Amino acid sequence: MTAALKRRKEMPITPLSCPTVGSMGKTGFWRTFRPEINHSKCTRCTLCWVYCPDAAITRQEDDSPKIDYDYCKGCGICAHECPVKAINMQREEE
Amino acid sequence: MTQTIIDTANHLAGYAAKAARVKVIAAYPITPQTTVVEKIADFVESGEMDAEYIRVESEHSAMVACIGAAAAGVRTFTATSAHGLALMHEALHWASGSRLPIVMAVVNRAMGAPWSIWPDLSDSLSQRDTGWIQFYCADNQEVFDTIIQAYKLCEDERVFLPAMVCLEGFILSHTYAPAKIPDQEKIDSFLPEYKSGWILDVNRPYSHANLVAPEWYMEFRYMIQEAMENAKRLIPQIDREYGKFSGLEYGGLIEKYKCEDADLIVFTMGTMGSDAKLAVDRLRKEGLKVGSARVRVYRPFPIEEVVKLAGRAKMLTTIDRHISFGMEGFLASEIKASLFDQKDRPLIAGFIAGLGGRDVTSETIERIVKKSLKCMHTGRVEKETEWVDLRE
Amino acid sequence: MVTLKELPREEYLLKGHAACAGCGPAISLRLLFKALGNKIILVVPACCTTVIQGPYPYTSSAVPLQNILFESTGAAASGIVAALRQRKIEDITVVGWAGDGGTVDIGIQALSGAAERGTNFIYVCYDNEAYGNTGMQRSGATPYGARTTTTPSGKRERKKDMPLIMAAHRIPYVATACTSYPLDFVNKLRKAKEIKGTKYLHLLTPCPTGWRYDTSKTVEMGRLAVQSGLWVLYEVENGKFKLNPPSDRLVDKAKRKPVKEYFVSQGRFRNLAQEGMERVQKWVDEDWDQYGKLASNSVSDLALYGKI
Repeated sequence: MTAALKRRKEMPITPLSCPTVGSMGKTGFWRTFRPEINHSKCTRCTLCWVYCPDAAITRQEDDSPKIDYDYCKGCGICAHECPVKAINMQREEE
Repeated sequence: MTQTIIDTANHLAGYAAKAARVKVIAAYPITPQTTVVEKIADFVESGEMDAEYIRVESEHSAMVACIGAAAAGVRTFTATSAHGLALMHEALHWASGSRLPIVMAVVNRAMGAPWSIWPDLSDSLSQRDTGWIQFYCADNQEVFDTIIQAYKLCEDERVFLPAMVCLEGFILSHTYAPAKIPDQEKIDSFLPEYKSGWILDVNRPYSHANLVAPEWYMEFRYMIQEAMENAKRLIPQIDREYGKFSGLEYGGLIEKYKCEDADLIVFTMGTMGSDAKLAVDRLRKEGLKVGSARVRVYRPFPIEEVVKLAGRAKMLTTIDRHISFGMEGFLASEIKASLFDQKDRPLIAGFIAGLGGRDVTSETIERIVKKSLKCMHTGRVEKETEWVDLRE
Repeated sequence: MVTLKELPREEYLLKGHAACAGCGPAISLRLLFKALGNKIILVVPACCTTVIQGPYPYTSSAVPLQNILFESTGAAASGIVAALRQRKIEDITVVGWAGDGGTVDIGIQALSGAAERGTNFIYVCYDNEAYGNTGMQRSGATPYGARTTTTPSGKRERKKDMPLIMAAHRIPYVATACTSYPLDFVNKLRKAKEIKGTKYLHLLTPCPTGWRYDTSKTVEMGRLAVQSGLWVLYEVENGKFKLNPPSDRLVDKAKRKPVKEYFVSQGRFRNLAQEGMERVQKWVDEDWDQYGKLASNSVSDLALYGKI
């Protein structure tokens, strides 16, 4: 189901919303700072993955984190909580 | 086989919920509804009814529990009166917006302040904008039959709206009268398994009723209006279909009595409709050509039927058992609105009677009609709204 | 005790949702899904999560979610539980997920009723200590001294002790939890799922928007709350009280961080003077005397213990 359905006849009789990645669009554009992971320092403890409010960090097969910058809001929790300071918050360039 | 029992309208509402194979009831006691839920509690505890009765802690929770249960896929029922109905007001909106086919018995009772336990229609009529279908019953038999008909109507995919079946407190709720309960097999084939337009399902997850922006909201509301229009068409059909096995029909949206050649038609709702028929008979004996129209369905309002009835009459008299303060009786207003576009409109005189349970007999109605007939002869209605039997 | 790596990778709170950056409740909802999976029906009253879902026709929840009126989480859950039982469906867990407003204030009646009836569901109050959805007005769960938009000079009343109120209902399971202790929260949810009856979890979820701290410090704030003893991790299982780590080690006052550290790190306590902080410190110390007694005695009924 996409927003392309504009016709009333295609609407459900009561608002039933479908699970959608990006329900608010690409929230990555909310960011002022972006987290950069130093994978050589990373110990794959998975804490950043657990604590990301936006599920923007994927825990990969080998437990290493991967950030989806389309959706990362740049809150900085991952950087703050990383026990080995492997994540650095850098200001987004214009 | 058809059973004849002698019981109160409240108990019959319980029998109807049982016959409709309701699965979840959530209700809170309030005078004069209490014996509905007590009957149901008896049925459930004895095992006569295979259902769950949630003894909620308020009417607001009663309606929301019904919403939850209906959304999770079962037929639901509740009952209330007056302040209980008022307390569930926001939930009534939620139920209709959710398009859930909940049926509720409303045992009509006057609103406070001050406290009154006696009947008038102000409680349910105050809820006329909530998107609920509204039936008004004149006797115990009709209460039973209408509840079954209501489920059939509400669960029709062209409708999917909730409905309230209204009955006046004490006059019907606590009065014993004979009623026929049709064969359960016939009711089962009339009313099949519960159906609703959507369901909470782990295999097809949705968020229901999250935020809807202005670009979508109006269409959902339009769909409710469409459903009401569909209900208007379906109600007479369902009444006839039910009548085929029960032996009794109610005339669909309006129960008409001797209106074909009437100069004056008296419009009422609820039990006054029965007294109106007696008044009509006596007046006819005096040679007066009057008829009675009992509005059985208030929402959706039977605009077309009113237009048809008014087409031949010289005068309409409305008797409202309620008032919209600052305006007039609800029935009077909506009848006038229905006729506005007509080139030839009859005179309309509105009367307010029976508030807070003040008795309205066939003799009262006779007096009201005679007063109206005077207007018919002068061609002018002196007072648009008159209060009946008021202390000076 | 589950480990971090045992938490499933599946996400049922989908990225790109509408929560504020650094949202404590969002972390917690993700954790709830990891604890319970997707065979659940969520009941969500008006609260931050109403907004977090995003607007129709989209939602960021990948489990069936019933949005409902503000005061009625307990009632809607009661109806859904009854319907599922009538349909003989036994493998779906009904979960109420409500903010502090919809739990301790306007929602308390429906919750109390549902609990009194022994409704078989899990109720999680995620507490960001104000009415978040409408812009951070005070709730009964707002702590003493906190600035909100309706208590601009600081709330003068103490926080309502909702877990104690729920324990007084004699339901089989009451627990407190905190976003910053994810495994504790997950374990408690999984334990609750296996219990029949009403299970109540009260979860402290820090909120940068309301509490006024840098968005990166959400988890740190929850930790500080627990380490200073302002928030206590405990369970009441069939009336038996038990402190959970790390709160179980904080009965000794020397091991608790002074509450001042918590207060000075959040903008909402800007107006709380030294005197106010000392008052709170005293309350915390008094409460902990009681927690210590509860933890050491085997009291069979918390409600009768008199900790008010």
